[in-house]
Amino acid sequence: MPAVSKGDGMRGLAVFISDIRNCKSKEAEIKRINKELANIRSKFKGDKALDGYSKKKYVCKLLFIFLLGHDIDFGHMEAVNLLSSNRYTEKQIGYLFISVLVNSNSELIRLINNAIKNDLASRNPTFMGLALHCIANVGSREMAEAFAGEVPKILVAGDTMDSVKQSAALCLLRLYRTSPDLVPMGDWTSRVVHLLNDQHLGVVTAATSLITTLAQKNPEEFKTSVSLAVSRLSRIVTSASTDLQDYTYYFVPAPWLSVKLLRLLQCYPPPEDPAVRGRLTECLETILNKAQEPPKSKKVQHSNAKNAVLFEAISLIIHHDSEPNLLVRACNQLGQFLQHRETNLRYLALESMCTLASSEFSHEAVKTHIDTVINALKTERDVSVRQRAVDLLYAMCDRSNAQQIVAEMLSYLETADYSIREEIVLKVAILAEKYAVDYAWYVDTILNLIRIAGDYVSEEVWYRVIQIVINRDDVQGYAAKTVFEALQAPACHENLVKVGGYILGEFGNLIAGDPRSSPLVQFNLLHSKFHLCSVPTRALLLSTYIKFVNLFPEVKTTIQDVLRSDSQLKNADVELQQRAVEYLRLSTVASTDILATVLEEMPPFPERESSILAKLKKKKGPSTVTDLEDTKRERSVDVNGGPEPAPASTSAAVGPLPAFAFPNNPCISAGGFEFVCKNNGVLFENQLLQIGLKSEFRQNLGRMFIFYGNKTSTQFLNFTPTLICPDDLQSHILGPSPHRHITKPVDPTVDGGAQVQQVVNIECVSDFTEAPVLNIQFRYGGTFQNVSVQLPITLNKFFQPTEMSSQDFFQRWKQLSNPQQEVQNIFKAKHPMDTEITKAKIIGFGSALLEEVDPNPANFVGAGIIHTKTTQIGCLLRLEPNLQAQMYRLTLRTSKETVSQRLCELLSQQF
Amino acid sequence: MIGGLFIYNHKGEVLISRVYRDDIGSQISDSALFSSSRPFLEERRNAVDAFRVNVIHARQQVRSPVTNIARTSFFHVKRSNIWLAAVTKQNVNAAMVFEFLYKMCDVMAAYFGKISEENIKNNFVLIYELLDEILDFGYPQNSETGALKTFITQQGIKSQTKEEQSQITSQVTGQIGWRREGIKYRRNELFLDVLESVNLLMSPQGQVLSAHVSGRVVMKSYLSGMPECKFGMNDKIVIEKQGKGTADETSKSGKQSIAIDDCTFHQCVRLSKFDSERSISFIPPDGEFELMRYRTTKDIILPFRVIPLVREVGRTKLEVKVVIKSNFKPSLLAQKIEVRIPTPLNTSGVQVICMKGKAKYKASENAIVWKIKRMAGMKESQISAEIELLPTNDKKKWARPPISMNFEVPFAPSGLKVRYLKVFEPKLNYSDHDVIKWVRYIGRSGIYETRC
Repeated sequence: MPAVSKGDGMRGLAVFISDIRNCKSKEAEIKRINKELANIRSKFKGDKALDGYSKKKYVCKLLFIFLLGHDIDFGHMEAVNLLSSNRYTEKQIGYLFISVLVNSNSELIRLINNAIKNDLASRNPTFMGLALHCIANVGSREMAEAFAGEVPKILVAGDTMDSVKQSAALCLLRLYRTSPDLVPMGDWTSRVVHLLNDQHLGVVTAATSLITTLAQKNPEEFKTSVSLAVSRLSRIVTSASTDLQDYTYYFVPAPWLSVKLLRLLQCYPPPEDPAVRGRLTECLETILNKAQEPPKSKKVQHSNAKNAVLFEAISLIIHHDSEPNLLVRACNQLGQFLQHRETNLRYLALESMCTLASSEFSHEAVKTHIDTVINALKTERDVSVRQRAVDLLYAMCDRSNAQQIVAEMLSYLETADYSIREEIVLKVAILAEKYAVDYAWYVDTILNLIRIAGDYVSEEVWYRVIQIVINRDDVQGYAAKTVFEALQAPACHENLVKVGGYILGEFGNLIAGDPRSSPLVQFNLLHSKFHLCSVPTRALLLSTYIKFVNLFPEVKTTIQDVLRSDSQLKNADVELQQRAVEYLRLSTVASTDILATVLEEMPPFPERESSILAKLKKKKGPSTVTDLEDTKRERSVDVNGGPEPAPASTSAAVGPLPAFAFPNNPCISAGGFEFVCKNNGVLFENQLLQIGLKSEFRQNLGRMFIFYGNKTSTQFLNFTPTLICPDDLQSHILGPSPHRHITKPVDPTVDGGAQVQQVVNIECVSDFTEAPVLNIQFRYGGTFQNVSVQLPITLNKFFQPTEMSSQDFFQRWKQLSNPQQEVQNIFKAKHPMDTEITKAKIIGFGSALLEEVDPNPANFVGAGIIHTKTTQIGCLLRLEPNLQAQMYRLTLRTSKETVSQRLCELLSQQF
Repeated sequence: MIGGLFIYNHKGEVLISRVYRDDIGSQISDSALFSSSRPFLEERRNAVDAFRVNVIHARQQVRSPVTNIARTSFFHVKRSNIWLAAVTKQNVNAAMVFEFLYKMCDVMAAYFGKISEENIKNNFVLIYELLDEILDFGYPQNSETGALKTFITQQGIKSQTKEEQSQITSQVTGQIGWRREGIKYRRNELFLDVLESVNLLMSPQGQVLSAHVSGRVVMKSYLSGMPECKFGMNDKIVIEKQGKGTADETSKSGKQSIAIDDCTFHQCVRLSKFDSERSISFIPPDGEFELMRYRTTKDIILPFRVIPLVREVGRTKLEVKVVIKSNFKPSLLAQKIEVRIPTPLNTSGVQVICMKGKAKYKASENAIVWKIKRMAGMKESQISAEIELLPTNDKKKWARPPISMNFEVPFAPSGLKVRYLKVFEPKLNYSDHDVIKWVRYIGRSGIYETRC
């Protein structure tokens, strides 16, 4: 393109600009501008016509004045006149003014469009280029309306020059981004794809950008681009650095094009054609190999370009998530970057690793870098990198390393930046909860958390501690003891006082036996914090006091005195006053029985999604965390969903899935035994679809939420899930209307990446053995997909625990001595024999775990009632582990033979 | 109290920075500078930068003289290209801070003339010295130029004798801090200037929408010893009080007495005496000082009347005719008359015809400026202009800003008259009659506008 030569420079403009630059003050500048504007006005008004040069000069001046921040309300007509000039510089200035200053509703728009049309029709490549640039720079809807039909023609016309093609591709991209509805899809699309084969690399680069954007919306139409892109990529990657001449940037062949091609490939799943697939794998391997080679240049541009291609390749590998070999290699490559001198590289490496950690193939590989990451957390200078390190630690955490990671995060928290403290707190809370094997550890961790960063501990975190402590009998005593000790610190955070108040109010009696924590000591300790707390905390403490009145009658008078004091009874705060008055009255009027009933221990909380997780999601925005969370859910189990079967089963959740690896085959889940002891989790997953479950059961009724997640970027059509109940099942499990009632029909189309939900209500009529089958049919791409999964509805879901004493238990045990009623099974342990996990499983199974019933403390004893619509069946169970032989003996006695059989079958699978 | 004082040049560079209290300085976090969501940035900037970013370099011109940034208040005044900013975290009396800033400007002007970047750079040691003296832990101290000049001098370090030192101490700490003893003049002389500025906004039909006069009485005294002065003017309250005794005087001067809305005095005036007897008596500082400031709103003599006539002829032409009439005694002469007629923003050409003075279209100011050197009272003059306009696609109508005027007249538009200024010096041997007194009245235009 002809550049503006020196001789063509506008002297008047240069003088004006230097005048303005020399202005001492803002006022002087405004004066100069006013003067110039008046001059230009008189020139434009003048009767004699201006020549092109002066017009150009004055339009330039106006543009400059506009760019300084002044309003320009004239001169548009002159600019439009410049468009019809035949000189490049005049036309260029005209277009420049128009793309900067003309708004879309101007009356001149018709004239402008006309001028652009003329230029597009001209055969002069520079003029066509100018016109295309103007369209793209304005990029308004009106422009799209006028030219969306024209531009594609220019793009695919055979005789168009390369530079014009480039401009046309980018112009079309811009129009498509502003108003996708106006760009017609037509036969040109297939020809655009073939631009990937163009001789000119510039055209290919521009076309790749365009195709990537188009392909994101219409993957079907551009499917053919995959193989072309792969072959183009392989040609670039394998070429020697000198082959591409102009497009070699510091010894890296066409880095921008490579990155764009890799981006384009990320719009599609791995290619199905083995040849293409092999070639792509080869390319990616070559890129990874090149990263290992010594750099060809010491210049930073060389390594930047090389790494850009490498990172894009890694994200493609992660996107495909199908080649374990590549994933592991990518992970190792990133591991090298973790200690690189360059901060940006460390950041990018951590970020990519975060996504790698969510892939099942590379999770283990990522875990090997834990020490480096922890080290980065401690020594890194850049806060954003530290933040990524925290993210990665969170992502790579699983049961095996949870304790270490949580400990590291806690220790980092003390020195962490204020801006990320809250997030770390949430993450620690979630990890501690999710991977807690030992709930004492959980309680310790959270109390530590409150101690270190009390201000950043949100309500949800301490609510959660209390929920968990209340729902789990085994930690209550420990929790009470720990908070009591923690409260003894001279200065403790208000959140700790809240947790302490609540827990001591509920379970203070568990530690009251110790004279060091006698009721009065407990009360005095809490009351010493009372006056330093805010109103809501004080209100909570007042409730604790009245609970103390019930738990420890001996401190009743002390507490009444406190309640009676003016600072409580006549408190300015209505809430506190009301509580004080009511509690005082309650403690004086009510009898011990009534008190005991009113102030009974809180019932266990219903299971629900952790609110902390919800908070973290809200804080981080939906995209980043959900990916992580989804994958987390599949690898491990929410605490809410009951205790996890065994540490070894972290892979068990994905264990049965290989059976579904071929989406076209209809298949049936073999057992679904992993869902016996838990209610939530991922039921099924393949490359297209993920089915998640969340269910709750009460007595003989249940409700199941089924989540269908589309893992691809394309729509599922005719999506129809149906429930098939085998004949003998229909009588057993019935919904309100016909038998099983699907409350909400599912939308027949599921968008790419979207999730739909379906609710199923279940009623257990009588006992049953076979579970219903969920059959899902949908169209993905052109093919018809059919998936069948067994729903994990088992008899034990309708279990209600019953607590009973040792005496009662053996009395009932003897009553059920009929040989048909008893079923016994002796089997070998499949998982390590851990007392705590076994306990958790029995509770998860649904029965109550009775402690100190069996004379042998190693044995486990449980009791419960199976609720069906017609009957209630009492069940007693006894599990005797034999550690030496790694065997279990399971004995079940119920009032119905079939139930005994089925329950024994189900439970035996769990150990 | 004032936490610190900064002086900036027009680029926002700090020329003088004096911090009196620790509460300002590093307290203003970045969140004030960038209203983005980065609340906890460890790197904090100080108040100096906050003012520059938020006021001097603000996108929109900051019009309020008080700016609050991150719970810190910045009070600023601008003298030509120089910004003076007082900073505080406390709830201070804003009027006091501004009074102090004005005083500070006066002091600097008295020491080195015009307040400009160069002068400030050349005298920075002096300025720090002054700041040490006139502010103490943020509390304003003696800011009287005369007193300051006795101990802050510009001639290097000259060790003072013990006597001089003790004299300075007794004066600065004594009851009359503004005047030292032992001043002697061969000729006892005093000058009295009544300086007024008259502000007006008038409707096109000639109706007064608002008008007020703000005036100052400036005195320059060259008197020996410690003279006691008494100043008398035609204040309505005083005249009426006296009028009770002598009825004829009321009839003679009653019309000429004026109602003063509010007034403030120099610290040398005995306020108790003013409160009880409404008499203004004082021991003047040596040299020039401002005795009082006042404001009147009633019975103002408007020296000029402006009659505008604007006619729009089509979309591309505007005809303007403006007549000015002088409205005072024909024997008096007004000077430096300037009428400024704003023109529309799309003016492309102007033709002017005027009978008197010179008129010119100034494109840089978007106005026609008509200047007349001198004009006697009870006269009339006119200008007519044809303005050509460039049609624009802007639909906004021209807002027609008011026509403004500048002038200087040799009388007080408020009607204030100096009745007497008596000087008593009991210790020295001169009487009121020996003092030569000069009185001068100057009336200037403030914002003197007529809508058109």
